[in-house]
Amino acid sequence: VLFFSSREKKRRRIEDLTEKMAVDSGHRDGGCDWDGRWNHVKKFLERPGPFTHPDFEPSTESLQFLLETCKILVIGAGGLGCELLKNLALSGFRLIHVVDMDTIDPSNLNRQFLFRPNDVGRPKADVAADFINSRVPGCKVVPYPFIEFHIIVCGLDSIIARRWMNGMLISLLSYEDGVLDPSSIIPLIDGGTEGFKGNARVILPGMTACIDCTLELYPPQINFPMCTIASMPRLPEHCIEYARILQWPKEKPFGGTLDGDNPEHIQWVFERSKERAAEFNITGVTYRLTQGVVKRIIPAVASTNAVIAAACATEVFKIATSAYIPLNNYMVFNDVDGLYTYTFEAERKENCSACSQVPQDLQFPPSAKLQEVLEYLTENASLQMKSPAITTTLEGKNKTLYLQSVKSIEERTRPNLCKTLKELGLSDGQELAVADITTPQTVLFKLNFTA
Amino acid sequence: MASTKASKEQKYDRQLRLWGDHGQETLENAHVCLINATATGTEILKNLVLPGIGAFTIVDGHTVTGEDAGNNFFLSKDSIGKNRAQAATEHLQELNSDVSGNFVEEGPDKLLDNDSEFFHRFTIVIGVQLPESTCLRLGSVLWSASVPFLVCKTYGLIGYMRLVVQEHTVIESHPDNALEDLRLDQPYAEFQNHIKSYDLDSMEKKDHSHTPWIIIVAKYLEKWLSEHNGQPPKNYKEKEAFRQLIREGIRKNENGVPEDEENFEEAIKNVNTALNPTKIPSAVEDLFNSEQCKNITAQSPCFWVMLRAVKEFVHNEGNGSLPVRGTIPDMIADSQKFINLQNVYREKAMQDAAAVSKHVESLLQSVGKPAESIPEKDIKLFCKNASFLRVVRCRSLAEEYSVDTVNKDEITSCMDSPDSEMVFYLMLRAVDRFYQQHSRYPGVYNYQVEEDISKLKACVNSLLQEYSLNVNIKDDYIHEFCRYGAAEPHTVSAFLGGSAAQEAIKIISHQFVPFNNTFIYNAMSQTSATLRLLELNGNLPFADLFSSPNLPM
Repeated sequence: VLFFSSREKKRRRIEDLTEKMAVDSGHRDGGCDWDGRWNHVKKFLERPGPFTHPDFEPSTESLQFLLETCKILVIGAGGLGCELLKNLALSGFRLIHVVDMDTIDPSNLNRQFLFRPNDVGRPKADVAADFINSRVPGCKVVPYPFIEFHIIVCGLDSIIARRWMNGMLISLLSYEDGVLDPSSIIPLIDGGTEGFKGNARVILPGMTACIDCTLELYPPQINFPMCTIASMPRLPEHCIEYARILQWPKEKPFGGTLDGDNPEHIQWVFERSKERAAEFNITGVTYRLTQGVVKRIIPAVASTNAVIAAACATEVFKIATSAYIPLNNYMVFNDVDGLYTYTFEAERKENCSACSQVPQDLQFPPSAKLQEVLEYLTENASLQMKSPAITTTLEGKNKTLYLQSVKSIEERTRPNLCKTLKELGLSDGQELAVADITTPQTVLFKLNFTA
Repeated sequence: MASTKASKEQKYDRQLRLWGDHGQETLENAHVCLINATATGTEILKNLVLPGIGAFTIVDGHTVTGEDAGNNFFLSKDSIGKNRAQAATEHLQELNSDVSGNFVEEGPDKLLDNDSEFFHRFTIVIGVQLPESTCLRLGSVLWSASVPFLVCKTYGLIGYMRLVVQEHTVIESHPDNALEDLRLDQPYAEFQNHIKSYDLDSMEKKDHSHTPWIIIVAKYLEKWLSEHNGQPPKNYKEKEAFRQLIREGIRKNENGVPEDEENFEEAIKNVNTALNPTKIPSAVEDLFNSEQCKNITAQSPCFWVMLRAVKEFVHNEGNGSLPVRGTIPDMIADSQKFINLQNVYREKAMQDAAAVSKHVESLLQSVGKPAESIPEKDIKLFCKNASFLRVVRCRSLAEEYSVDTVNKDEITSCMDSPDSEMVFYLMLRAVDRFYQQHSRYPGVYNYQVEEDISKLKACVNSLLQEYSLNVNIKDDYIHEFCRYGAAEPHTVSAFLGGSAAQEAIKIISHQFVPFNNTFIYNAMSQTSATLRLLELNGNLPFADLFSSPNLPM
């Protein structure tokens, strides 16, 4: 698929905006370019070659497209985001929007190099945009507003956020007579890192494997069993979880909830953890470990982010220009022992809950309680929902079976959890609509009664 | 304004969790030299400055061009016309005030002409976009001075790295999936006593369900051994029977239904790995047999002294086994039982480490060095990592390039797949050859692309001929390399930047295992390969190296 021919650059809408947003129409800032500036890039856009995409046509228009028209949305201005902004800016992209709701923390400074000690406390998107715009003349990085995007690149630190983005792009797909309209596809390039490991993937929603198709690659976080924490600690981590989960809510030392970013809070947890550990002759509780457990810290270095963001930006460049065939579609990287990469084509899941358009099957006996259905939705490796809200249509009316996020409704619907599906009036083949933070569109399930 | 200790802890927190305070200390004591502040060079340095190396020095005689400023985040429009080393140093220094940045406005060839020992002061030298002749000259100087040398190049969509280090020892390799050291097949005395202290049959239910699986397996193994002539379960059938034996040990309720005893389920699940015989890994055996271990002198690095001490231990107190590691995985158990069991392993590990210490002492004495020259904590760390010790040895560049010692077999067999990454290695050698002949790279200007194809092809052929390499390189690759016009696109530079920096950190910190010895990255396909080009006969060349330690360069 050739995405952006030089003749037609269709605009893609993320949201219907009620007010017209004044968009800088990208006037050529002729004064800021200098001789030779884009030589490194031009070789790949203006010369034919044996390995280019079959539809590639060398021309000077590609570079103009990058410089003047192509809009990129970068999600996240942290470890990967800083790297991505730099990479895109130096590859010719100028109309870049960056979204990030976070502010700058000292522990970011060992890798998020667009930020300085003076910037601590300021919003990441703003500082990142300012730095790039000043260092790369002509580049117009704009912090956060949604307009229209040709390509989306993610450097997120949460699977939920990825799934949300994934679901949103899928919801924008349009089908005519069951056939996908390619011009409604917005490519999503996704990067992730953890210590010395990382991955980069290209997702063409509706065409290639999406985030949810490969959800099993992200196994759910395992928490320690409660009985271990409460009565049988063996590791220093168990002692820390005891202080965090049991002692804090009971003693409320500083009132309110535990804030992992507050050193006083961590100190308190640290001291209680040490006491607990001493009781059981457990060694190894340190301040660093305490912070790590409470904040679920994932170790991070500049180098892994550099590698993954570089691979992602290379793919953005390929897709925007058709200079080469894009990655199809997943690359894994690990440099613990030497350097290792593995590149493969992740397959679409036939019954993916996000992109397959196939209603999901729910197999339960009529005597099963609603609680069991809820547990299935959260614990199943392919669904991994967080706090699903279940509704259905009974006697022509919309009925909420269970919803957790609104206190009054939770209280009202809680008794339903102990009722059986039969008692709730549900029949074989009934459709249940499930909403959850992991998916912007409700997922439809079909109840299939088993014996 | 340098940071305080506390602010550094905060800033470096995320990476301290990977290499610890001691690893960070090695970084802060390091002085890195970068030759050529091209995009690739500055991207590498960025990933070393951010984590806080002590100092860097950029060596670069070039003047910044418009092209340089276009792909390099650490050069600005104002840098054009200035010396590249100086301009880049300013912007890189600004990333981290803890780091001390220096620059030399001269190329490496000139530097060596004036001061042959200039590069001796560095912890590691990273050479970027170097022509072949400079590379070989530097390689020889650094090899003689035992300074690690990392050669990097971005050429079009290809990234290339070559590590040149005579001998690099790694104590903390941090293996991803290490097997536990449980000694179930040969329980030491204290372990045996501890096992004896349990009587599974007479225990209360609560104790029974919270007995560590290691004890369970040990007990049932004793039973099995007594019933099978002292032979442990060997094949699948026997292991199944052994698992069944354990399963039968699960307590049953008054109706004869087995209770929910998760610790027994854990035991059953772990039978396979628990029955792994305790063995010294062959990589460690090889190290025991190496010359460095056999001949301990006053110049021997600590690594070899400790290794020799461990070898002595193995042949004496260890009864053929390495010092006990001293760690056990978490498992279902009540606190006391777990801690007691853990302590049995910990104490044994301490005992073994103490025995190794005695050997270290006598070895040091025998070469006239004080016992304090190797601290206790280093010996403990060494013992804990005894199964994971690694030594990386790379052949010199001279040998790679010499017609006599080039590894034809490796090259030829890789090229059986004509699109293997090896083709890029050969193309990089070919463009170097082109540069030597024409004082420029192929295809830099548009009008040159077509006419350079045949010239580059000639270089390819002469290269293959000179090294008697019977391989075929597709014309497409020659065309593509002309098309590249020696471009250094930013994203490929950035990929190498991350890769090379981490390898440099491995060299500096002696933690994690560096690659050996050639890495190729193909951004077209997002694939990579590590090529090991220099073994004459496919085996680790220990004997080879030590029979001729000072090869003529």
